[in-house]
Amino acid sequence: MAQAALPSLRSERRLGGAYLLVALLALFVGVATGLLQALDHAGLNLYPQVLPLLKSYYHGLSLHGVMNILVWTTFFICGFLQYLAARAFARPLVSPALAWFTFWLMTAGLVLAAIPLLGNHATVLFTFYPPMRAHWAFYVGLTLVVVGTWLVTWRLVLTYRAWRREHPQTRTPLAAFMALVTFVMWTLASLGLAVEMLVLLIPWSLGWRQGTDPLLARTLFWFTGHPIVYFWLLPTYISWYTLVPRQAGGQLFSDPMARASFLLFLLLSTPVGFHHQYTDPGIEQGWKLVHAFFTFAVFFPSLLTFFNVVASLEIGARRRGGQGLFAWFLKLPWGDPSLAAQVLAMILFAFGGIGGLVNASYSLNLVVHNTTYVVGHFHLTVGTAVTLSFMGITYWLVPVLRGRDLWSRRLALVQVWLWFAGMTVFSFALHDLGLQGMPRRTMISLATYVQAAWRPMMLLVGIGGTVLFLSALLYFLNLVLTCLASPRPAPEEPAFAEALSGPEEAPAILDRWRPWLLAAVVFILIAYGPTLVHLFRTTPLTVPGWRVW
Amino acid sequence: MAIPVGMLAALLVTAFGAHLGLPGDAGRIDPTQVAQTPPFDRPGVFEVAPGRYEVVMVAGIWVFTPNVITVPEGSEVTFIATSRDVIHGFFLPHADVNVMLLPGRVARVTARFPKAGEYPFVCHEYCGIAHHTMAGKVIVVPRS
Repeated sequence: MAQAALPSLRSERRLGGAYLLVALLALFVGVATGLLQALDHAGLNLYPQVLPLLKSYYHGLSLHGVMNILVWTTFFICGFLQYLAARAFARPLVSPALAWFTFWLMTAGLVLAAIPLLGNHATVLFTFYPPMRAHWAFYVGLTLVVVGTWLVTWRLVLTYRAWRREHPQTRTPLAAFMALVTFVMWTLASLGLAVEMLVLLIPWSLGWRQGTDPLLARTLFWFTGHPIVYFWLLPTYISWYTLVPRQAGGQLFSDPMARASFLLFLLLSTPVGFHHQYTDPGIEQGWKLVHAFFTFAVFFPSLLTFFNVVASLEIGARRRGGQGLFAWFLKLPWGDPSLAAQVLAMILFAFGGIGGLVNASYSLNLVVHNTTYVVGHFHLTVGTAVTLSFMGITYWLVPVLRGRDLWSRRLALVQVWLWFAGMTVFSFALHDLGLQGMPRRTMISLATYVQAAWRPMMLLVGIGGTVLFLSALLYFLNLVLTCLASPRPAPEEPAFAEALSGPEEAPAILDRWRPWLLAAVVFILIAYGPTLVHLFRTTPLTVPGWRVW
Repeated sequence: MAIPVGMLAALLVTAFGAHLGLPGDAGRIDPTQVAQTPPFDRPGVFEVAPGRYEVVMVAGIWVFTPNVITVPEGSEVTFIATSRDVIHGFFLPHADVNVMLLPGRVARVTARFPKAGEYPFVCHEYCGIAHHTMAGKVIVVPRS
């Protein structure tokens, strides 16, 4: 069935390949700058050696953040999910013209933002907190990228409607349903960033408005800035739910539970942003507490996912002869780099999730906020759960898009394990340094307050970061050789997993949209409404801009 | 079920039971007029009652004023701080002081220093090219 549909997906494959190419270029810039930061944290300042390219540590850090977590993720997700949705619907999505217009709009936005970023005129990190003022092209370019993601949402919704007209009684295919939830959630969540850009930052950077307000800007930024992590994570979960069980030789444990967890993400991803602002003066403590509750609530669908995906892996491993309470784990098909990457990503993600509870805790956050603990945390989540899974996905996706088999499975396995090992060392050291009081976003090699007790862990940051960089180089090498020199044709791509408990057992409400969307909006209004109305009514936009780099 | 109930209980206890206050709404200020606006026209360390101090602090690129604060052992110190330019952070790890200094907002946070010693504090938000040099210390002297 899927096989018969494949030829008609050629245009979707070309589109996916285009997005993936941009994503990989961004990742390359991101890991190259990352290496310098890791060495800096080991006390080795190499910035004078790369001076024409990078003007400072903070110039490199801005590139690292923007390229890795804004560009690599977003472009990968737009390419991957459109292709996967087309496969799940077993038809190309509507309007290739809209699709290519969107791709070029996003790419043009990226180029527009990248010019000041590369030129050291937007050294404001990926959070671009005012009153640091970047060149206007940086804000306008990033805004165009976001507008592009809305057009992807629109294309998915139009396709869903066309499909629904032809299939009034059928359950939405799981991968397509999940892709829709991901983009609808993101579209709702990105409104905060859109308002920040259009009302505050763009008019101000163009000189049309004299000032801005840091608290209002931060509040709008984190309205989007926390749910964006679910925009990265949900596509990862889609692979874990719909492809990995089959790659592991088994079945998805429960389709209805998977749908329920995604709808909970739609409801709970956004009303949580104040947990990034616990230490901001100017937001009432009571509202911070409300967001703390919601943050713990959004942990729940991740627990559902953990249970469901591990059960699915266990089904596969036992079919392959796995036994015992835990020993079945060794019977997973570890020789498949795509599967190995994603299972290793899950292992480190468990620690990322536990550490995240500390960040979200109303009071423990005071110990770790803005320390390298947080950096250690998100390198386990977006830097491993998401990035290592995306790498695993590319190990089957690039061969499919290119029509050539992966150049070397063995090299891919080495790469995957190096990432796992390097990240274990790197993130452990950063967590530890954070608890010892090392601030994040700081050029440690020249800092005036480095303590002797930090030194051993600093060395580990440098070692771990170097291993990660080597792993990334092997990754790019393998992909380039796959495209240029692989002699064998591509194997079949992983099929969607069947479910032990199938979609027919899901309550009908799980296939309706309006109640869930309405509830999501109500939660956002409760969590953000009073504070945002108060801030907009009482805050004069008078804080002047600065260039301090 | 035990997990969500337990988390809820932990959250309520830490929020209300443990007297751990987060920075709330401590007022607004015009960031271009910090040097003329009381109390920030006179940054420094002030004893407001026996054993209780207020530190009026201004953060700016790339220095805290004051950046050396001396108080006796056992003091309770309330920091009243703001920024006169970009966003800074005030992080004093050994007393769990962790607050953002936003231009336009006044931050207020209290810490206790039961033991003598030197306690470094740093700016923990990127604030420009020399961010990594922005630091200071609280010197807690023994009561003789």
